[in-house]
Amino acid sequence: MATDAVIVKRSAGRRLAGFFNGRPRLQIGSLLAAPMAWLVILYLGSLVVLLITAFWTVDPLSGSVIKELSWQNFEELVNVPVYREIVWRTVRTAALVTITDALIAFPIAFYMAKVAGRKTKAALVVAVLMPLWASYLVKIIAWRAILAEHGVLNWALEPIGLHGPGTGVASVWLVMSYLWLPYMILPIFAGLERIPDSLIAASEDLGAHPFTTFRKVILPLSFPAVVAGSIFTFSLTLGDYLAPKLVSNEQFIGTSIFDSITNNQPFAAAFALVPIVVVIAYLGVARKLGAFEHV
Amino acid sequence: MRLSRRGKILLRAAVALALAFIYIPLLVIVVEAFNSSRILKWPPPGFTFSWFGKAFESDSAREALVTSIEAGVVAMLIAITLGTLIALAVGRRRFFGRDTISFLVVLPIALPGIVTGVALSNTFTQVLGISLSLMTVIVGHATFCIVVVYNNVVARLRRTSGSFEEASADLGADPWQTFRWVTFPSLRSALGAGALLAFALSFDEIIVTNFTIGAGEETLPIWIYHNLFRPKELPVVPAVAVILIILSIIPVYLAHRLSSDDAGLTPGRGGGAAPTAAPAAIAEAEATAAH
Amino acid sequence: MRGQKGSPARTAWFVVAGLVAFMLVLAGCGGGGSTTGTTGGEGGGGGEELQKLGKGEGEVNLISWAGYVEPEWVKPFEAKSGCKVNDKVAGTSDEMVKLMETGQYDGVSASGNATARLWAAHEVAPVNVALIPNYKTVFPDLKGQVYNTFEGKPYGIPHGRGANLLMWNKNDVKPPPSSWEVTLDPKVAAKYSGHISQYDDPMSIAEGALYLMNHEPKLGIEDPYELNEEQFDAAVELMKEQKPNVGEYWSSAEQQIEGFANGSNQVGTTWQYQYFALKGENEPVEASPASQGFLPKEGATGWSDTWMISSHAKHPNCMYMWMNYIISPKANAQVAEYFGEAPAQEKACEETENPNFCSEYHAEEPAFWKRVYYWRTPLAECSEGGETDCMDYNDWVRAWTEIKG
Repeated sequence: MATDAVIVKRSAGRRLAGFFNGRPRLQIGSLLAAPMAWLVILYLGSLVVLLITAFWTVDPLSGSVIKELSWQNFEELVNVPVYREIVWRTVRTAALVTITDALIAFPIAFYMAKVAGRKTKAALVVAVLMPLWASYLVKIIAWRAILAEHGVLNWALEPIGLHGPGTGVASVWLVMSYLWLPYMILPIFAGLERIPDSLIAASEDLGAHPFTTFRKVILPLSFPAVVAGSIFTFSLTLGDYLAPKLVSNEQFIGTSIFDSITNNQPFAAAFALVPIVVVIAYLGVARKLGAFEHV
Repeated sequence: MRLSRRGKILLRAAVALALAFIYIPLLVIVVEAFNSSRILKWPPPGFTFSWFGKAFESDSAREALVTSIEAGVVAMLIAITLGTLIALAVGRRRFFGRDTISFLVVLPIALPGIVTGVALSNTFTQVLGISLSLMTVIVGHATFCIVVVYNNVVARLRRTSGSFEEASADLGADPWQTFRWVTFPSLRSALGAGALLAFALSFDEIIVTNFTIGAGEETLPIWIYHNLFRPKELPVVPAVAVILIILSIIPVYLAHRLSSDDAGLTPGRGGGAAPTAAPAAIAEAEATAAH
Repeated sequence: MRGQKGSPARTAWFVVAGLVAFMLVLAGCGGGGSTTGTTGGEGGGGGEELQKLGKGEGEVNLISWAGYVEPEWVKPFEAKSGCKVNDKVAGTSDEMVKLMETGQYDGVSASGNATARLWAAHEVAPVNVALIPNYKTVFPDLKGQVYNTFEGKPYGIPHGRGANLLMWNKNDVKPPPSSWEVTLDPKVAAKYSGHISQYDDPMSIAEGALYLMNHEPKLGIEDPYELNEEQFDAAVELMKEQKPNVGEYWSSAEQQIEGFANGSNQVGTTWQYQYFALKGENEPVEASPASQGFLPKEGATGWSDTWMISSHAKHPNCMYMWMNYIISPKANAQVAEYFGEAPAQEKACEETENPNFCSEYHAEEPAFWKRVYYWRTPLAECSEGGETDCMDYNDWVRAWTEIKG
């Protein structure tokens, strides 16, 4: 009996295999049906609803949504100078954070990938991964304690007569650079790991100065990985609202969306389209640079 | 790589600085967890263990931890299923629109969490008429976790050849058997790394969670968020954070096991995978651990 | 790996275009069940008041300020009423309004700047105070106020109130200020540039208006929440001039306590709670002394919170039980002490753990509260004469974004 059952099952499986074999489209379709339903209908669908919401307005008194299409929110975004300023400030900070993280991350990633021994490498990977498990909010709180007037930073800087950045954009830049640093280190590390040592050795054997090897071999080959890391540092900075709220008195795209979401959802939706457009453009460029294989 | 003495010293100094930058804030948290004042002051006026006692006694913190683990595990399972399916389609087959799919998978994590959170909560409450609950949080988390599983698995598929599967099929195995005995074993550590990351991502997520969570429910990050604003409870937060950092040894150890497991396997088996593939895959995937 | 260039973008656009069409159809049809309140029409409020208290439904879903719904007094309520309390903490009044619109909650502890909006959006129902025995002994000057009574009907139960004090660090701020000019007059405030602490809410514009009401009589401001365009612009201008001097726009009490304790903040608007918490930690903070009536000479803004019941409440009986419980002497004393506010219940003053609590918070001094202008929703229609030339809440929100820059 048992053997019979197996045989029956097998032949059913084979029949299925045969059925799929000549139909590659069906094969792909059956693999993708569930995930695509999730991502396209639920996720893209939600984004589309958001897009539509952006054309609605609210009743000034009750805050109820008026479901009639209007350009009002977009006109406000474009015409009120403060919003342009907020967008510009956010994009600028995101770019700055990305550059800072790339500069800090590259040496340590390079050391991990190409210089350190097996054990040191493993230890460093763990050392870089660890902070990801400490809560994101708690790290912001730590930075509040560091940047405060009588905080750790000023306490350390006082003897040499310096003063910390207080509660401006500089604080946000510092905190964001901190928060997203591991997301930059790890792809660069992975990218550098993939460069065969023989390639570097060849460059050295041909008499290239280490700097030349770096510039002509290592940098071009690891650049896509840097871009992959930058996707995270850039877009995470673009949308964060808790860090700016807790360490600065400045407004960013995230804080503005958060502040308006509650009493004017259509306007928040319109504002949310700004980071969507910026991120999609950024992803387009990143893909051209080959970063997607490193994400 | 061969470096001059000076180059090596400079490089080591840069590494030391980066590590200091990473660890000083964590050190501040540890010190504040023992701070005797109920205000986070520097330097702390005195030391106490009482916040740890309070953290262990707190029912709400323990419930929040359980909720977070529940949400993380379910979101992880969904992400594994969906991420692997996409990876199998994209990694082993060529078809029209394949690039669009990889774009679509990255999108939920590349877009700011506030956008994802607002969009999903809008759809749940306004279009679908579903009340917000832990279920909606899980749906949100699974959406942006798909990418980490997908990336790990697709990277592994690229490094292993499809010829084993063809051989298996030629030898008469049906698709399920091929998957069970050929594809799956080669993907196991990549799946493990992806799963761990998906869980980590979900575990520390607050922004999407904040927009999709129902009344009376708290994940751990939400609990921390509430305690920051709840009178008289602030110093419990660093204590909980320290406990979390200590607990994180478990997943970090698991990650380490996964990578060494693989490194140990590969040289003997030959195969297509480079010895560094596993740690790299973990690292890569960690890179996606956004939000 | 990137074989087919060009096509993906187009595919993506087709997909999006298709979805847009689909969703538009859905949005067009779905107007019925899931809309967020109806617009237009006169008046506000929704549903009928409860006529008779029935049996509890087993649970109640609340939206509250952090510190209003804590285990200490929730557990006894649950035991006695059999209603399990599910609480959602909201960070701002705006968030409360938004959450109420989901229709998932039975009640909310709304501040005066949310109540009128909730009423206008038909989200809250009138309260039958006959079913709330403890209502009788609520302080009379909290009943029948513009922010909790609409069209002559009570729409909520007063919970507690507080004044927005002027607080400063006495080591840094000398001489002790007696006027809001220390934070609002650009010349005086510049001395504390980068260390002024201001509440992060559009309601803060009323502080500027209150200041101008006293210092620029030409503007003719009579009520800091009813401002015509000229008066409003002047107040906004004042707050914009304050911006460069502000170190932090605080949004939670703990955030400000920490700011004052670690020296980042030196002077600013605060709640009584922060002041006493910092005092309790022996921080060198001061607030306006008794000789000034505990408030700067202009008076102050403040808030008075109200428990309101949703017009879609699924657990109305439990909500009524909760409203009666939270203003019972013992519970009202507990919540007032925990949160740091003046209780709404007269008899609560006998139940506080700190015997001086009610005098510290001026709970029983109507003269003190006469100088406090409670937050409320700015409306286009000014209350006197029914003119509609006042700036409404949306104008306030927009201006607040511009002030913060």
